Amino acid sequence: MRGRTDLVAITFFALFIAITLGITWWAARRTQTAEHFYAAGRSVTAGQNGFALAGDFMSAASFLGIAGLVSTSGFDGLIYSTGWLVGWPVVLFLIAEPLRNLGRYTFADVVAARLRPTPVRLSAAYGSLATIAFYLIAQMVGAGGLIRLLFGISYEAAVLIVGAAMMAYVLFGGMLATTWVQIVKAVLLLGGAALLALLVLSRFGFDPRALFAAAAAQQGAGVLAPGKLISNPWDALSLGLALMFGTAGLPHILMRFYTVPDAKAARQSVFIATGLIGLFYLMTFILGFGAMVLVGPSAIKAVDAGGNMAAPMLAELLGGRPFLGFIAAVAFATILAVVAGLALSGAAAISHDLWANVVRKGHPRPGEELKVARIATVALALVAIALGVAFKGQNVAFMVGLAFAIAASANFPALALSVFWRRTSTAGAAASMVVGTTATLVLITLSPAVQIDLLHHESAWFPLKNPALITIPLSFATGVIVSLLRPDAESEARFDAIAARVLLGAPD
Amino acid sequence: MSTSPTPPSPVTTDAATSALLQASRTVARQRWRVAATLTAGMVVIYFGFILLVAFRPASLGVLVADGLSIGIVLGIVVILAAWVLTYAYVSWANRVYDPALATLRATHGNQEATP
Repeated sequence: MRGRTDLVAITFFALFIAITLGITWWAARRTQTAEHFYAAGRSVTAGQNGFALAGDFMSAASFLGIAGLVSTSGFDGLIYSTGWLVGWPVVLFLIAEPLRNLGRYTFADVVAARLRPTPVRLSAAYGSLATIAFYLIAQMVGAGGLIRLLFGISYEAAVLIVGAAMMAYVLFGGMLATTWVQIVKAVLLLGGAALLALLVLSRFGFDPRALFAAAAAQQGAGVLAPGKLISNPWDALSLGLALMFGTAGLPHILMRFYTVPDAKAARQSVFIATGLIGLFYLMTFILGFGAMVLVGPSAIKAVDAGGNMAAPMLAELLGGRPFLGFIAAVAFATILAVVAGLALSGAAAISHDLWANVVRKGHPRPGEELKVARIATVALALVAIALGVAFKGQNVAFMVGLAFAIAASANFPALALSVFWRRTSTAGAAASMVVGTTATLVLITLSPAVQIDLLHHESAWFPLKNPALITIPLSFATGVIVSLLRPDAESEARFDAIAARVLLGAPD
Repeated sequence: MSTSPTPPSPVTTDAATSALLQASRTVARQRWRVAATLTAGMVVIYFGFILLVAFRPASLGVLVADGLSIGIVLGIVVILAAWVLTYAYVSWANRVYDPALATLRATHGNQEATP
């Protein structure tokens, strides 16, 4: 099934690219200022943003990665399905409204609202860029595998194509184009997954229980219980923590709350997104077990070591080459859209946080911030291509799990502390972000995933595959202790004014 | 709109502002209580599930019906619980929080809330 160029598949690809480039062209004429580039002029409605949030979130990891994990390891993959959903209520309850009311373009705006901006923005950019890098790797790896499966072109060339397309969307269309690409993609992905799930269920009399029973009969009852993937209980706990609190620290998700007109719209958009994402994850149960029973774990692993091609292979089995073409185009669209959202938030971290606020001390020359954002986009595309080539063959859900560990340890603690704890000081918030990011990166490097799987060493220094269990508490503790040791009277005095703004929004 | 960041609101001490701060503090405390309770609910439900996965994996493999293990049922329950909790928050915010904010804006509208 590999390597043959296919007319139907190419048609779907071309159609999607044409539609999204059309959107980009339309959006480009409306993207004149930084306000437009980063926040789509704050003109996105709650419903649109709900779909865009879902689009930004349901990445290659969710579709290709979870289906792959469930099809090869059974129940264990569902830890991701549930964990990635429960992050959304946390975002809704704690983060969405304060974020919309306090910030302008990036989550660092919120942390910097009552603290001294330079140290806060430097450390926030560090955490954001580390998160984005890991997230990007996973998307590139998924895209490379997918295009190779479909067209038979090399993995490296596939990664290059994704990088170039993402650059075009962001460079010319900014947030408005990115938002509409997300909406189109969310609809396609939900529709495609639903169709695939229905086709699977049609083989089992439309009874999911019959599907699960068939999986247990074929692969052993163990696939319906935790087992193969999580050998160490602390690893399961650590992964769960990363998934739950990572969402509240993802720069590209947080940035979306600035595209809506007010906090109420931000709240409604999370509600819609939670509904859509939950629905999607329920379908991953069906897709994963469907691929396990109908395609078989060994066939899936033979095509891609990480299991990432389970859903496309299932599509080919059930609907032939045309349906494979459609599902692959949907998956490709998914990746492109997420990559565009990531690149945009990375560009914002560089141009808004680092350039405009640190280098220019909050007074960039007119038009300069936008120019820097575009240069940053090109640089990020090059970095993403290089990383994508380097990390060939990893499971994309696992990789995104690591990105969530960084987001949960680097960004979320400082964000929560600065909004909810009066005594948070500049030094405390900055230290929390720097220590959280650095500790996560170091522990990932020392983990079995890198030491044993990647570098083929005998053993690893650090036992957990996902370090969140250590690094989230560490980041919170650092923020609290440093705040108490290096208090910041001025920031503390501003807390009440900021608390009022959390409710009512900025006075501008 | 300029591209420079909004400077933090100056801390003024006049009576009107302090009345606003006082009133807003009450609303803020109420929102915090609701948010913290719901967050705790989500954490308890999800980590209840994860702790079972981590430390009682065998118990999740018990079948409640043909093909349906407790683990899969609980996974679905977690997703449904996330929906229920977000609905609870949004409906509270629409019924209680938004009207409270509207009152706050109306009483103190000439300072913070109006453009």
